[in-house]
Amino acid sequence: MPLKSKDVLGLEDLSVEEIELILQTAEPCKQIFTRDIKKLPTLRGKTMVNLFYEPSTRTRTSFELAGKWMSADVTNIATASSSVVKGESLKDTARTLEALGANIIVIRHQMAGAPHVIARCVKASVINAGDGMHEHPTQGLLDLYTIREHKGRIAGLKVVIIGDILHSRVAKSNIWGLTKLGAEVTVCGPPTLIPQGIERMGVNVEYDLDVALRGADVVNILRIQLERQKKGLFPTIREYSRLYGVNAKRLRAARPDILVMHPGPANLGVEITGDVAEGVRSVIHEQVTNGVAVRMALLYLLSGGGASGEIAG
Amino acid sequence: MRLLVKGGRVIDPEAGLDEVLDILIENGKIVSVASGIPAKGIPARVGAGAGAGTGTGAGGGAGIETVDEVVDASGMIVTPGLVDMHVHLREPGREDEETIETGTAAAAAGGFTSIACMPNTTPPLDTGAFVEAVRMRAARAGLVNVFPVGAITKGLAGEELAEIGELRDAGVVGLSDDGRSVMNAEVMRRAMEYAQMFDLPVIPHCEDTNLTAGGVMNEGYMSTVLGLKGMSPAAEEAMVARDIILAELTGARLHITHVSTAGSVRLIRDAKRRGVRVTADATPHHFTLTDEAVRTYDTNTKMNPPLRTREDVEAIRMGLADGTIDAIASDHAPHTFEEKDVEYDNAPFGIIGLETSLPLALTELVGGGYLPLGELIRRMSSNPARILGLGDKKAGIVAGADADLTVIDVKREFTVDINEFRSLSRNSPFGGRRLKGQAFATIVGGRVVFKRWVAV
Repeated sequence: MPLKSKDVLGLEDLSVEEIELILQTAEPCKQIFTRDIKKLPTLRGKTMVNLFYEPSTRTRTSFELAGKWMSADVTNIATASSSVVKGESLKDTARTLEALGANIIVIRHQMAGAPHVIARCVKASVINAGDGMHEHPTQGLLDLYTIREHKGRIAGLKVVIIGDILHSRVAKSNIWGLTKLGAEVTVCGPPTLIPQGIERMGVNVEYDLDVALRGADVVNILRIQLERQKKGLFPTIREYSRLYGVNAKRLRAARPDILVMHPGPANLGVEITGDVAEGVRSVIHEQVTNGVAVRMALLYLLSGGGASGEIAG
Repeated sequence: MRLLVKGGRVIDPEAGLDEVLDILIENGKIVSVASGIPAKGIPARVGAGAGAGTGTGAGGGAGIETVDEVVDASGMIVTPGLVDMHVHLREPGREDEETIETGTAAAAAGGFTSIACMPNTTPPLDTGAFVEAVRMRAARAGLVNVFPVGAITKGLAGEELAEIGELRDAGVVGLSDDGRSVMNAEVMRRAMEYAQMFDLPVIPHCEDTNLTAGGVMNEGYMSTVLGLKGMSPAAEEAMVARDIILAELTGARLHITHVSTAGSVRLIRDAKRRGVRVTADATPHHFTLTDEAVRTYDTNTKMNPPLRTREDVEAIRMGLADGTIDAIASDHAPHTFEEKDVEYDNAPFGIIGLETSLPLALTELVGGGYLPLGELIRRMSSNPARILGLGDKKAGIVAGADADLTVIDVKREFTVDINEFRSLSRNSPFGGRRLKGQAFATIVGGRVVFKRWVAV
């Protein structure tokens, strides 16, 4: 196995070499998109289960397509219609899935550390598809892939992540990945949405969006959840939008070739205006496409695939 | 019934004792502390009424008698019986987690002769009848002394005062809504005023629950990295500050339990300097582990107050060293395997500690140079006994005192094996940890209630 661990639980755990290997492997995977028949035999005979404790469209479908294009047998479990509602524990569910022949378990859970609980009790590979406020490593990887695809590099880039850093697993995975590959990362948002000690992850903190955007190469805009306002973390959506909404005027402070990213789904008119989301600098839709490529690469590597390049042959 | 504890290094900081001596016990009382007391041929009623201190205390009794049992303490230290002032026995209500019988067996194995049990049982100990029931069951278990702590408020709801007078009559040694904060300052003020007339210490669980809502670990860098909701140290410190202010206002005896932050230590130190009647304890896990231990999402690192940072751990150690923190208490909080074998957010707070408290204290505090041995013994015996008002008869090695003694093998090095615990629960983060120093025997009321078999 080219990856050190049988599981991918977070970008914090992956070495620079492992991240590079995944990104390189994703390149031939993306080429499959251009083919009429998007199918590789790599995972034939393997079973992959998507175990989603939270609703999701893009991540679940992305994993599902990645698995199917690699010829895995893919099953989706939405917990609302599973034994979870009968009180089955996470571990029991995982062991049952393994007993049913699962080789790869993709889990999304509202609680941080849930994938770790499963990874410890099964032999199958576990991929974290987002756990609470912890990490969303495949999103981090697809963001890295997208940036590198457009900029040709990660090292030395100025990347700004805007919004609800406190609750964002995407921000966490982005920070680990980007800083490991040498980018300069600034997080920006109101102090109530910036978690304690984030500087120790190697990032700058800036509360003023216009200052943060100065000279930025990449801006990654996080979704703001309306319920945070009800919890008193900021006064109104209107004020949030005024202070932290990314619009065309604000983007002028950044480099003209700035890359605009958003993990989706976006609240248009709140954290990002529609013209920016659909503008020439936006790679939001490409991120989704690249997500499948990166997940295919991960599945390939976790199932014993070798060095990059082989997959295209 | 005569018991002779022979050849141990007897350390009692209160009595100023530190020398190799024998201790003769008769009918549950210490009758003599002297060197060279023979196991056979001792005069009857030797040393009776000889008072504190050493000396043969030969009282010119009638006839010659033989002791019934000898505990060979050579190479070990003999201390006043250890007192753990913060224990959860879970009975009544959660006998699947711990019973009074298993909890007291764990206490005995940990070297404790007396424990104070917290009132957050089901139902809670908020009436005299429940307190008496616990005491009766403890007496039936017959291992270590159990001193219940009564509730501050009815149902631990934080709204109306419990019948504190009745609780006192039933034998409580303190008042606490442990596990829950008394958030209403007015209620806390009245509780302190009222408790004062019975001279009962008020032992608050200091946590501003508005600041910690949903929190599962210390708030800081680690909670950010792990994506777990944090509990700010300010939530503890705000309540420690409030309760110190209320103690100043009312003159009540305040005991801050399970102190976990540097800020709390500072507040208590300042209050003591001002002469406020405040005492404090800290737990072995708070002076041993940091929030780095949560990294694996092991639910045995989930406790309340949570594990804090390296700076907090150091502050707790310094607080113990300079006397700001008077006592060490385990906050023994048993939970079943099934309850803890879940996602971190879903797991209950708390770890067991009765059987690792002394070894951790010896290893980390004495071994780490923070406390000399005698001072550690004071923090684990006479200080908690004094705070709980257990009187002169507990935790003192003097003729006439209750024969509650702990024999400690300070040289024994061992690896913590959670399967060896007497507690019904296994929720400890210390399994596999190498420690030095452990209780060898525990003597309660002149009876050996625990003796460790040691392989040759």
